[in-house]
Amino acid sequence: MGKRGTPTLQEDFLQGTLDVLILRTLVLGPAHGHTIASVIEHSSEDVLRVEHGSLYPALHRLEDRGWIASEWGVSDNNRKARFYKLTRAGRRELADQTSRWETMARAVTRILRPAVGAKGSRP
Amino acid sequence: MSWRRYFRRAAWDAERRAELDAHIAHEIDDNIARGMSLAAARTAAHRKLGNPALIREDIYRMNTIRWLESVWQDARYAARVLRRSRAFAVVAILSLTLGIGANTAIFGLIEAVRLRTLPVPHPETLVAVNVDSHGWGRTGEFVGRFGRMTNPLWERLRTERDLLPQPFAWGVQQFDLADGGESQPVDGLWVSGEFFDTLGVRPAAGRLIRHDDDSRGCPTPVAVLSHGFWQRQYGGAPDAVGRTLRVYGVPMTIAGVSEPRFTGLDVGRNFDVAIPLCAEAVVRGNRSRLNRADSWWLVVMARLAPGVTAEALSPKLAARSATVFAATAPATYTTTDKEHYLQFTLTAAGAARGVSGLRTNYEQPLWLLLGIAGAVLVIACGNLANLMLARARAREREIAVRLAIGASRGRVLRQLVVESVLLSAVGAVLGAALAGVLGRALVALIGTPGTTYFVDLELNWRVLGFVGLLALVTSALFGVLPAVRAARTPPRAMLSGGRGTSEGRERVLARRLLVVGQVALSLVLLVGALLFVVTLRNLQAADTGMQTAGVVVAEFDSRRSQIADERRPEFERQFMQRLAAIPGVEAVSPVAIVPMNGNTWNDAIVVDGKPSQIYPNINRVGPAFFDVLGIPLVAGRLFTVQDTPSAPRVAIVNEAFGRAFYNTPTPLNQEFRFDVPAGEPNPPYQIVGVVRNTKYSDSRDEFGPLVFLADSQATRWTVFLSTVLRTRPGAALTPALIAATREVDPRIVVSVQTIESQMQGALVRERLMATLSGFFGALASLLAAVGLYGLMAYLVARRRFEIGLRLALGAEPRRVLSMMIRESAVLVVIGLVIGAGLAWLTTGWAATLLFGLEPKDPVLFASAALALAAMALAASFIPALRASRLDPTTALRAE
Repeated sequence: MGKRGTPTLQEDFLQGTLDVLILRTLVLGPAHGHTIASVIEHSSEDVLRVEHGSLYPALHRLEDRGWIASEWGVSDNNRKARFYKLTRAGRRELADQTSRWETMARAVTRILRPAVGAKGSRP
Repeated sequence: MSWRRYFRRAAWDAERRAELDAHIAHEIDDNIARGMSLAAARTAAHRKLGNPALIREDIYRMNTIRWLESVWQDARYAARVLRRSRAFAVVAILSLTLGIGANTAIFGLIEAVRLRTLPVPHPETLVAVNVDSHGWGRTGEFVGRFGRMTNPLWERLRTERDLLPQPFAWGVQQFDLADGGESQPVDGLWVSGEFFDTLGVRPAAGRLIRHDDDSRGCPTPVAVLSHGFWQRQYGGAPDAVGRTLRVYGVPMTIAGVSEPRFTGLDVGRNFDVAIPLCAEAVVRGNRSRLNRADSWWLVVMARLAPGVTAEALSPKLAARSATVFAATAPATYTTTDKEHYLQFTLTAAGAARGVSGLRTNYEQPLWLLLGIAGAVLVIACGNLANLMLARARAREREIAVRLAIGASRGRVLRQLVVESVLLSAVGAVLGAALAGVLGRALVALIGTPGTTYFVDLELNWRVLGFVGLLALVTSALFGVLPAVRAARTPPRAMLSGGRGTSEGRERVLARRLLVVGQVALSLVLLVGALLFVVTLRNLQAADTGMQTAGVVVAEFDSRRSQIADERRPEFERQFMQRLAAIPGVEAVSPVAIVPMNGNTWNDAIVVDGKPSQIYPNINRVGPAFFDVLGIPLVAGRLFTVQDTPSAPRVAIVNEAFGRAFYNTPTPLNQEFRFDVPAGEPNPPYQIVGVVRNTKYSDSRDEFGPLVFLADSQATRWTVFLSTVLRTRPGAALTPALIAATREVDPRIVVSVQTIESQMQGALVRERLMATLSGFFGALASLLAAVGLYGLMAYLVARRRFEIGLRLALGAEPRRVLSMMIRESAVLVVIGLVIGAGLAWLTTGWAATLLFGLEPKDPVLFASAALALAAMALAASFIPALRASRLDPTTALRAE
């Protein structure tokens, strides 16, 4: 796969986040783009707002990597829509990413806590 | 990734569009469900998604070979831009084509003779065995271009199988295929029976020479043709195999034809006919070299076991040398010669690239020419860079607009670089094609009437790599600097319009530096060119002490006539009379060593009982020789009919001989002997005449001691007879000579040349260097002058306003003229100083190729600098004159 130049850490971080969220959403079952966006927004209590425009490039990126697969189907609203579902590789990737997230979150928390505590001891 | 997106972009895109439409539809549904009106719902949905076209673009570009694609886009754009400015493109491509073509042609030749290995399997395991004579030199007869070994040495070395597991030997010589009349020389190859098998050469037809073809006696001599000769002479006819070929009149059966890619081991030459070593005795009869231990005519080579190197073999060969040389010491040697011979050592050298006289003679000149052609290409690139800078200025607005509407600097830079890369690439492709033609012309230029070089100039990976490298380097040289500059300029400054004032300064400095560099490089090339031109002129004008104009050399081969030795003196006398009777011939003389054709014969003499340290050159001539070549007699007499074999031995010497051995230029009546092996007759020679000094074998030589012996007193006779003839101008002699020869004996073969064409042939390398370096030097100066002209024209255009103002305020046109000239003179002088320094440092490389002058000749440096300065003045005069004739009103109004 070609690379799109070198994204900044931030871009990389957010992009990775969106990827995990999409994969997590699809654990519940196949869904089309609009459903995925709504689910992410609702289940994060609207903290993570998905920019709908960036959702589709992300979906294609995941599909290119073989983590999700897609096909045309009919939605609940009786509209034609492209449905995405997790592949086996996608499940493995989600498990990997989840554990990595947890490790990192723990580490960041551990760093931040003592820093807050030490604040008063320094002039 | 899905490749569909590249090949069926429309269908792929429609699918993306449908997906995004579906998304919007769902969002509208949701919004309506939340209670919005249809219109509001639609607007909100669209706002939330963003621009669908941009999203589709994003997806399309994601993970694609977008970079490549946009480079392709750049290339197409560049092609369009260049098509629009056709004049610039034509000039650029033409100079690049010529420059890259010339460089590639020279490199191709170097690649073929220096870098390429022989076209046989495993060339890296081949070694050549050489004799190290420790500076004493070898004594005896040297035949062909590579007289490195004698046959007795070869027969001894082929038994040393522990050191040389797979030995073979070969020698080169011109074979004559004529049965009588005019000679038909072909490039001959003597080969030992192992030659073709060991090298792994395959036949193209029939079979090659085998081990059992090469045995003493040679009952059934066979010949093998090269593929080229077979095509040329037999039209590639399959039934050529089995036919009879007559080599020196001896019939030989054509056994087969060698494969096309094998042209012999002498890189640069092609063999025509190969015959086994044993056939030498059949062809030469009692003059055979097979048993002569002092006749050097062979090259001994071997294939080593894998992993054994020449370096590892050499000490072992050196250790074996004493026994090898002891077993082969020539009986004909004097005591001193024999003493030296026994101390010779054998060495081994890698022979993966064969041996090559072309390489020995032309490797250095070719590298030098490559350097010269490279410098010309750099100068041409300087002009292109100048043009690019000028264009960049003209395109400032275009670039500013592109920067202003959001193109990144990197993108603009790449666009400009792609333009120069495209030019270089086109130049490289055309140049590579041109190189084939130029390379063949170069090979033809090196050849002489008797010597046709054959070089397989293939476009292999090395040559193509060189072309690619040139394309990259040239585009970097003329493209990158202007592109970086153009992309760096702030868009506002360019868009603000009008003439740039301060922002142009840096660019003008760059252009000035370019011109300084061009002048400096051209001075180096001009100095080099003058060195070679003067060398050639010195050699051509070199005084040989002889009047060579109108002297014809006729050589006769009477081996097919079976004339008994005792009849030869009489035969020769009658033959000379017949030749002298040809209309147009004024005088004719037999001669043992034809002057100035490169052959030599020297020996030690004994004066007052002591063998000399200096070996004088020797020649054996008839009475008319001095008349034919216009050599004046200083004292004493010439040879006469009274100098018979029974009369006392007489000699005529030159003045250098007298000074070297008797401390007087005219040692009349003195006696000397030759240093011969003990037991041989050694009569004294009396000096009866002294002649003016002459050159002996080469115009580069000094006048050395030279002794002439009387042809009429010769005791040994050969089947070869060389003669020199003084002819009246305009006489077409060759047919008359051939007719006269046929009349005497139709089996005698004759070849005719003029002495001057032989001398010209010896100057081929000098002529090549003078012609090519002269051409490149003139071209370089012209290019530098064009560069200077361009700069001056630009400066005048830039300073129109200022000059107009000066003129309006009353400045004299003459002062404006001198102001502009001064401006260019500063650059030229700086360039000349740098160039003179560079030339001073580099001309030493050519020292060995020069004759009659020093590489750092100050007069020559000064004349080159003057010539270049004059050209530069002429180039800057026109724009300067135009500046001084500027009409102030128009110049000022234009602002």
